[in-house]
Amino acid sequence: MAVITYREALNEALREEMARDESVFLIGEEVAEYDGAYKVSKNLLEEFGEWRVRDAPIAELGFAGLGVGAAMVGLRPIVEFMTWNFALLAMDQVINSAAKLYQMSGGQYNVPIVFRGPGGAALMLAAQHSQSPEPWLANVPGLKVCSPATPYDAKGLLKSAVRDSDPVVFIEGELLYNLKGEVPGDEEVLVPIGSADLKREGDDVTIIAYGKMVHEALRAAETLAAEDEVEAEVVDLRTVRPIDAPTVLASVRKTNRAVVVEEGWPVANIGAQIVDDIQREAFDALDAPIARVAGLDVPMPYARNLEKLVLPSADDIRSAARHVCYIS
Amino acid sequence: MATKETRAHGNTPSKDAPSKPAAPDQPDPLSLETGELRELLRLMVLARRFEEKTAESYQLGKIGGFLHLYIGQEAVATGAISALRQDDYVISAYRDHAQALVRGVPPRAVMAELYGRASGCSKGMGGSMHLFDRSVNFMGGHAIVGSHLPIAAGVGYAIRYRGGDQVCLCFFGDAAVNIGAFHEALNMAAKWELPVIWIIENNAYGMGTGIRRSAAITELVDRACAYEGMASAQVDGMDVLKVRAAIDEAVRIAREEKRPSLIEAITYRFMGHSMADPSHGTYRAREEVEEWREDDPILTLCDRLIEDGAMTAEEYEEMDRAVIEEVEESAEFADASPRPDESHIYDLVYSDEYSHGLDRRDSWR
Repeated sequence: MAVITYREALNEALREEMARDESVFLIGEEVAEYDGAYKVSKNLLEEFGEWRVRDAPIAELGFAGLGVGAAMVGLRPIVEFMTWNFALLAMDQVINSAAKLYQMSGGQYNVPIVFRGPGGAALMLAAQHSQSPEPWLANVPGLKVCSPATPYDAKGLLKSAVRDSDPVVFIEGELLYNLKGEVPGDEEVLVPIGSADLKREGDDVTIIAYGKMVHEALRAAETLAAEDEVEAEVVDLRTVRPIDAPTVLASVRKTNRAVVVEEGWPVANIGAQIVDDIQREAFDALDAPIARVAGLDVPMPYARNLEKLVLPSADDIRSAARHVCYIS
Repeated sequence: MATKETRAHGNTPSKDAPSKPAAPDQPDPLSLETGELRELLRLMVLARRFEEKTAESYQLGKIGGFLHLYIGQEAVATGAISALRQDDYVISAYRDHAQALVRGVPPRAVMAELYGRASGCSKGMGGSMHLFDRSVNFMGGHAIVGSHLPIAAGVGYAIRYRGGDQVCLCFFGDAAVNIGAFHEALNMAAKWELPVIWIIENNAYGMGTGIRRSAAITELVDRACAYEGMASAQVDGMDVLKVRAAIDEAVRIAREEKRPSLIEAITYRFMGHSMADPSHGTYRAREEVEEWREDDPILTLCDRLIEDGAMTAEEYEEMDRAVIEEVEESAEFADASPRPDESHIYDLVYSDEYSHGLDRRDSWR
């Protein structure tokens, strides 16, 4: 089994899908000659040429809309945003066009497009470069929203996203690009959209997370096992729309306790949705109120200590887990 | 009252009123066959009579939402779309009834859509502002000003990507030139030589704001100079043959030279912005509307055909009667059509596999 980085896994997914299907093309800022702002599209220009790997002007609304139009007539565009923060300029195309055209046209025009790029905080990038857009996008019917945590899931989900006939929002972890993991080099890696994954098994508490926070959850689980004699089960959502509720519920029914974790803001977020799913479907299984761990409810400050304060940590998750296990 | 000549120099009663363009250099538009000229007239009459009927149905409560009429502007959609092949593409803003009809979407399917019926061209899911018909490459019907311009660029990109020689004709109003999407789309189209024809339906007003009060350049066609390779022309949008000639040339440029064009058609809407407002009001005078009504594009072509002996007055009346009959039939069809089936409410959200599962929040109701 090959060990590759998250970045290389995404690059492999792009290369394989572009080689498999001539209707797939990549467009975005710096994706071609520069090899991608984060080098995800490294060497693709050389292999596929400028019509399939297209450097876009700094015009997010424009090139996102170009992707929508191309998708309406049968191409399969992958629109790369240098970060999801910049994609705010393109939201009209993502929400008003891509997500709605299939229904609005009475089922005549589906939009097979992937909008991808990094999200979340990196290191001291301040308020406009450190956002987690998942809840904004997961709110929209017509979209599917993925946020993989590992190289394997990144590759498998991106390949599924490219093959999907509807718009898929794909949010990568800016701090995950160098993360290494096992990805088989000699077989097709496909992860179905909408399927969660147990990243760690345990009987005492369920920790539900996605993206970068999966790794904080796993670190917390190791400490809980070593220090608190608590075996945590870690559910990686992988997709936040649709949410794989059966997997979440099965775990909570087993452990009877849940902690929901995400990096972004706490109000009306993915965690709120998960808590609602659990209370409606597994109310009687709960031995404690569900705990939520999220970023603090402020725009991201620049100063290193404040950034650290705002972001959820493995320690925060461990505290929440101890709380729901009534360990004082 | 100002004449056509004085209007040509901008001496109009209202400071916001559009001025007529000087006659551009164009090939002789009367090289069209008589049958084709009569068909252009019929299509304009169809658009006019159809919309008159929709206004009536709207007042009766049979049509809901917003209803933006194109009455007065028929020469633009008719002249432009008639220049296309069947495998070309058409995309429009929300004032889209005439574009759909001229492109060949059946009147009954358009009317049924306005009535919110399952037999509508968008299955009752879109309404007036979202008419679609993939079978004739009619790609909507988009209701966020400027949003479909990048989409048109994408259609052009796909054409070049596949090495085709089709064109994409993109209609939008004068006010759309001020939104960022206009610049982003035209920049990409010029840079990558996309076969898109951008057609500004300049009716002088973005809702109730005159273009002279909102745009820093009011000769909108001049915006083309910001994009190397973008062909451009300003045309009298009240004359279907002049529009046709301008688009014929733009189509040639797109097919043969793979270059986009920006065409400004100077036109006028005789009605309000939508059915919610009167034809004149605080933003434009009754006299201005009446003056433009004298330049009715249907009467202009009709008179010309009769003068040239290509049609008699009786033949025109017969054409009009047949169109009215078709429109009435479309309204009867719409009225009799079933409404969309409520049990299929989730069916058109995704085309691919998707399980709403627990996301059906209201499953208990």
